[in-house]
Amino acid sequence: MDDLGFIVASYVVTFASVALYARGVLHRSRKAARDVPRDKRPWL
Amino acid sequence: MSNDRVTSTPFTKGLGFFVLLGIALLIILGIFVSPADVNQGESVRIMYAHVPGAWLAYLAFVMTAVSSAAYLWKRTRSLTWDRIAGASAEVGVLFMGISLVTGSLWGRLTWGTYWTWDARLTTTAFLFVTYIGYLAVRGLGGTHQQRARRSAVLALLAVLEIPLVHFSVELWNTLHQEASVAGRGTDVEMNGLMLFTLFLGVVVFTLMYVWLVLHRQRSLMLEDMLEDSGLDSALSERRAEATQAGR
Repeated sequence: MDDLGFIVASYVVTFASVALYARGVLHRSRKAARDVPRDKRPWL
Repeated sequence: MSNDRVTSTPFTKGLGFFVLLGIALLIILGIFVSPADVNQGESVRIMYAHVPGAWLAYLAFVMTAVSSAAYLWKRTRSLTWDRIAGASAEVGVLFMGISLVTGSLWGRLTWGTYWTWDARLTTTAFLFVTYIGYLAVRGLGGTHQQRARRSAVLALLAVLEIPLVHFSVELWNTLHQEASVAGRGTDVEMNGLMLFTLFLGVVVFTLMYVWLVLHRQRSLMLEDMLEDSGLDSALSERRAEATQAGR
């Protein structure tokens, strides 16, 4: 498979970007949640 | 205070599990199991990441416009719509970026170049930059309502670019192929397993979008609450100072 490097790179770019973004969102949420009482979160 | 369940619920946890399962299956089918294409050879495997990424960016930007319209309509006006619009636009920019990079890698293999100022590529890049601008406008400051109003108007204008991007392959001479599955007059002759893998990619990416938007809009709500409480305490302090000075 000559094109393997390009194929693997496309999958790595895709899922690594999503994982990094998801990690960032969860991190920002945790940071913001420190000062917001639990009963003010309508989804809980 | 436990931080374990800041923005997650049993639903998002279950959804996350299925997304991870779907990603694993997509990688196995996309890279190892599905057959090579008669014309494009092995490089067609990039399609299973590229096409769902582009589909998701379109979906996210349309959702941004729908949520923005819901905010602007007086009967449904709620900041929740604004936060969904913001979260969706962020996820859309992420997937548009992914689609541009994977498309560039695919282009190198099939066209021999990473980038060319072709109609589809140029309009897609323009759409990408437009939504980066939208996110910048959201961060300009002001009250939550001011932010919501100005970004909603911008979202309704920006979404008009999507038909231009989608039909650019029909309107102009372009290197980019026309839609391979749902195009007008397309005669689909795709192997069953290839079609299934592509369909799986679209489903997995859509579920991923739902998971990301749910978490991001909740995170935006927490940030808004934090901003409001900061503003409230600053106002209380100023009132207390003014009262003391008046005595």
